[in-house]
Amino acid sequence: MSIRERLSGNEAVATAMKQINPDVVAAFPITPSTEIPQYFSTFVSNGQVDTEFVAVESEHSAMSACIGAEAAGARAMTATSANGLSLMWEMIYIASSLRLPIVLSLVNRAVSGPLNIHNDHSDAMGVRDAGWIMLFSENNQEAYDNTIMAHRIAENKDVMLPLMICQDGFITSHSIENIELIEDSKVKEFVGEYHPEHYLLNKKEPIAIGPLDLQAYLFEHKFQQAEAMRNAKRVIEEVSKDFEKLTGRKYSFFEEYKSQDADYIIVCMNSTAGTTKYVVDKLREKGIKAGLVKVRMYRPFPVEEIAKALSNAKVVAILDKSDSLNGAGGALFEDVTSSMYTQQTYVPTVNYIYGIGGRDTKAEDIESVFEDLQKIDISKKIEDPYRYLGVRREEK
Amino acid sequence: MAYNLKEVIANKPSRFTSGHRMCAGCGAPVVGRMILRALKEEDHAVICNATGCMEVSTFIYPYTAWTDSFIHTAFECAGATLSGVEAAYVSMKKQGKLPEDEHTKFIAFGGDGGTYDIGLQSLSGAMERGHDMVYVCYDNGAYMNTGIQRSSATPHFADTTTSPAGTVIPGKMQIRKDLTQIMAGHHLPYVAQSAAYMNFKDLYEKSEKAIYTKGACFLNVLAPCPRGWGYSTDELMKINKLAVDTCYWPLYEVIDGKYKINYKPAKKLPVEEFLKPQKRFKHMFKPGNEWMIEEFQKEVDKRWEELLNLEEVTNKE
Repeated sequence: MSIRERLSGNEAVATAMKQINPDVVAAFPITPSTEIPQYFSTFVSNGQVDTEFVAVESEHSAMSACIGAEAAGARAMTATSANGLSLMWEMIYIASSLRLPIVLSLVNRAVSGPLNIHNDHSDAMGVRDAGWIMLFSENNQEAYDNTIMAHRIAENKDVMLPLMICQDGFITSHSIENIELIEDSKVKEFVGEYHPEHYLLNKKEPIAIGPLDLQAYLFEHKFQQAEAMRNAKRVIEEVSKDFEKLTGRKYSFFEEYKSQDADYIIVCMNSTAGTTKYVVDKLREKGIKAGLVKVRMYRPFPVEEIAKALSNAKVVAILDKSDSLNGAGGALFEDVTSSMYTQQTYVPTVNYIYGIGGRDTKAEDIESVFEDLQKIDISKKIEDPYRYLGVRREEK
Repeated sequence: MAYNLKEVIANKPSRFTSGHRMCAGCGAPVVGRMILRALKEEDHAVICNATGCMEVSTFIYPYTAWTDSFIHTAFECAGATLSGVEAAYVSMKKQGKLPEDEHTKFIAFGGDGGTYDIGLQSLSGAMERGHDMVYVCYDNGAYMNTGIQRSSATPHFADTTTSPAGTVIPGKMQIRKDLTQIMAGHHLPYVAQSAAYMNFKDLYEKSEKAIYTKGACFLNVLAPCPRGWGYSTDELMKINKLAVDTCYWPLYEVIDGKYKINYKPAKKLPVEEFLKPQKRFKHMFKPGNEWMIEEFQKEVDKRWEELLNLEEVTNKE
């Protein structure tokens, strides 16, 4: 019997962590993820978990301690946001290159500067090439479910990569929603125990981790990481299927919401998908064939599948909650368009940078995007595919 | 049992093996090997290295000079990395995931760059949290691994590649940071300053105390660098001795806040004796630069006096 609850996104993740009962949690507070280590340290203080909670003095040390703990043979978890992830950046690469399946809850927030504590995806996009599996979550339920699935994916012998679960700061992290929790015993059974092959604390087999790795070997080691990331795709699919058997909740690489027969599709990630679904429903009532593709698995990127899912649309808009400042478009836009190109799928596409620094993205904004798509369909012209949605501009 | 160098070397196998690529005449491997000899033979150890000479010369894939488990992650986070390992040990031991009768000790090594400078925050955090570990700084007084750039451990006036002794600025114009005192300020159960002095008794005994005192302990050990300091490789032990006999590098320990100076030279040598054999101080001996030696001597005297006072004050009944 699942348990019906009302939890915020942060509470949902902290609850999942409690049920997973990792050996070590090392974390440093940063808005809006702060509540996760707060809730979790209460579980530690009340003896509800076996975890050693390491209250480190910075996020750099949080990731360093997680690396040390995971290399020692433990399950290590952490949570952070924005500048916290930026400070971890060096260690983020080291975690994945040492093939340590650390699990991180990333509560997405704008990276400074100037300082802004609200939601966008610039933090996640800053580590998209770092060799971490990245799962995005529309709401509290998905943040919880992705966390429960995380270790099974990351610790798979063909994968052995760290994993981060993203959710939108404040929008979902601080909003209380209905949620279905899985019983503790079922989570324990589903997640299973961690038995690493090689670990520092194994006296019978001392090992050395983190060498100077020069021209003769580093290239091969990076290739192994790349292969592991490819393998992750299959493993994510398998684990998601097992999760569906347990809970009835279906997860794929992305969610196709009324997109299969759609003329106009929006591609986005995290909470904006909820707003988009509402708009899609409204447009469908009017007979406009609108649809949504919500990317859950951002790393590895589902190249073939996403190209196929978009191939029958007339026009596609890709929404990026972070700008790559490359004069060409956001990261998700590049991933989607390059997927389509390599799969020899051509559909007119346009990119919108939106919601930067927590700017509210309302139903009307999403409606305006669908209106643009219909105009493009008629005119067959895309003047500038790299656009900003809802930004104030100076009069020229 | 009284310390006997021959017995220690004969009876305790080296856990830091030969074949590494540290320079001839370098102080660091001598220090590292002796510290590991202080481990009980039956104990397992996890060694953590900050990026630096010692790391890049002892663990070049696929070879390692370390017989215990070893981890290196980055330059500034040996303290944090090892605190994660130690936390895993505590957690897994508590849960019965590790054999009850086996013991693991945790030792971090960082140079002065990874310790005094870029890694100071990580070290301070790890020590304050009280992880059961020893952090060893092998202090060679500059960033030797990257090519002898000044650090906050570099002595006054020393010629380095980022504080070159020029025609206008005569070397490093700042005095060195006193890290041992900073660590004593953390009120740790055991803090000590040592060197590979004479028959290694001081270093061995302090290592043993640091490793087997429960909680976070810190050792600051002088580790001369023939390239950076400019001495010939056979002079390592002589340089160590002069550093101690001039009181440039006093041997002392702080046990639960009480200072103990382990060696007070009967005749404190003038600091020139320590400076003279080193090329990095060569310019100080040019005519007209006598003031530099005077200033250097003044600072050494001041710090030695402070230390004597601390010993007296902290041991008052």
